[in-house]
Amino acid sequence: MSAAIDTDAPRGAKGGLESSDEDHSRIAPVGRGPKERFIPRAGAMLVMGVFTLYFLIPIWWLVVASTKDRADFLGTNPLWFADFAFVDNVAALFAYRDGVYLKWMLNSLLYAGLGALVATLLAAMCGYALAKYRFPGREAIFNVVLGGVLVPATALALPLFLLFSRVQLTDTFWAVFLPSVVSPFGVYLTRVFAEASVPDELLEASRLDGAGEVRTFFTVSIRLMFPALVTVFLFQFVAIWNNFFLPLIMLRSEELFPVTFGLYAWNSSINQFPELRSFVLVGALLSIIPLIVTFLLLQRYWRTGLGTGALK
Amino acid sequence: MTAPVTTPAAGRAGPTGTDASPTRTRRRLQHPGAIIAFVAPFGLLFLLFYLVPIGYAVYQSLLIVEREGTFGEATEVFGGLTQYALVFQSEPFWSSVGRMLMFGVVQVPIMLGLALLFALLLDSPLLRGKKFFRLAFFVPYAVPGVIAAIMWGFLFSPNLSPFQALTREVDFLSADLVLWSIANVVTWVFVGYNMLIIYSSLLAIPADVYEAAVLDGAGQARIAWSIKIPLVRPALILTAIFSIIGTLQLLAEPQVFRSFSSAVTSTYTPNMTIYATSAIPNVNLAAAFSVVLAVATFVLSFTFLRITRRKAEA
Repeated sequence: MSAAIDTDAPRGAKGGLESSDEDHSRIAPVGRGPKERFIPRAGAMLVMGVFTLYFLIPIWWLVVASTKDRADFLGTNPLWFADFAFVDNVAALFAYRDGVYLKWMLNSLLYAGLGALVATLLAAMCGYALAKYRFPGREAIFNVVLGGVLVPATALALPLFLLFSRVQLTDTFWAVFLPSVVSPFGVYLTRVFAEASVPDELLEASRLDGAGEVRTFFTVSIRLMFPALVTVFLFQFVAIWNNFFLPLIMLRSEELFPVTFGLYAWNSSINQFPELRSFVLVGALLSIIPLIVTFLLLQRYWRTGLGTGALK
Repeated sequence: MTAPVTTPAAGRAGPTGTDASPTRTRRRLQHPGAIIAFVAPFGLLFLLFYLVPIGYAVYQSLLIVEREGTFGEATEVFGGLTQYALVFQSEPFWSSVGRMLMFGVVQVPIMLGLALLFALLLDSPLLRGKKFFRLAFFVPYAVPGVIAAIMWGFLFSPNLSPFQALTREVDFLSADLVLWSIANVVTWVFVGYNMLIIYSSLLAIPADVYEAAVLDGAGQARIAWSIKIPLVRPALILTAIFSIIGTLQLLAEPQVFRSFSSAVTSTYTPNMTIYATSAIPNVNLAAAFSVVLAVATFVLSFTFLRITRRKAEA
């Protein structure tokens, strides 16, 4: 079992980096066998086609809905465009309540972007040290951190709330930001990755050149660990962006809300203020675009990370 | 799960390194400063924002609030397991746990079954346009649970849905069906994610494993059933455990659905019960709920792991 990680993790990593389309070459020997018949092929395509509709129609609906004014939203085909009012809708959304939506987007970028960046750096340093140095308590630390991987973020929200109320820091930026910079999964992943991809010989060479340990980490090791770092960053970014319980329990002041929580608050008062509906829909669309784009751009990295994670 | 990570790997540089002696003599610790600089920042924050809060929640769950008279000043005193006795008597809490168990028993197998099916199809030679399907199915994972729930809330509504012909006939937001409507939201978000985990694990199988089966004339279905599925068992178990944990911790989706359906109460899931209790405010009872839920989650995933292990050995 221990050998499996040593060999599989880097191989999966390389495969992901060299070609994002390795599946075609890999399955070739199987596919070259007896020609598959028509019916299984058609059946497979049909299943995938139907589910493509299932996965994409809600998003398509959201795109269409956010281009309509109120009358068209109620009166025209929900799955096709009417008068194109998208720009007006966005302008109205940005102007509403002195641009509170933009403030929320900025908050989310700070919580998730900065938070994930710091989390990745801290996790990488710790994972690297656990992989590359021998010191007493190393395994104990790693096991405690692994236990942390199994603690879901929602289970920590109330304990964190109790702690932050104790020091009167609830309803502050720090109440959401600080807990977000801790990523036990990041430590796990970077340790496995550093073990496999940072050769001891290279570190020795760097030491002989007179470089300090910290300097070696930032100039040499961190580059070799880059695919793992992107994965950790991405998953932490999504985890923070999606975290709901923490802002729900910590924040009262509207100007501190992350965007998902702000949209939740608006959606909860649609019944009293129906004009919010258009803002919720346009705001929802604008808030998922950065995530989808990031995922598409970085897919070769996170697919590697998923592979490594699944091998444990 | 902790065992696999290697000690052998660290020593593999052995022959050229300084510690070639086979007996473990006590060596001087090398680079202590660097180790502290690397480990301490994460270690400190992990302590502050993981371990201390958990400890503090356990401590809070052991306190009770006492008042002198009805309007007297409230003081917290040690109450032993009083809060836990209240937890076990709490009807809303246990019915929310029961609701989530029912949810999990239905939703998790459907979600993982679909994820496995899609992963196998992606890995088979039957499909064209694999890259497209892989991405299209994964896109919902980039949609936060709150946003997904808002979208589906509109799609289920009798008046605003694009599928009014259906939603006017069947009330997806009624007390009977809303749980399964929420299950649909969770499935929609997570199938693609689980599919990719299973698919990655299929890609890690060397192609020569199938060669003999192909020469014997085995079809794709047979190869999938007899070779691929057994080999991706670890990935299936992993995704199942994460799904079980996720189910018991469900919060955002039902909380959003409260504005679409009055059938979703403020104590619909265990975490909603915890939130509602802490908002009363009764933080000591909420802390006890949290501890019980965390332990229940752990026991459930651990039991699942044990059962699947035993089956594998049998």
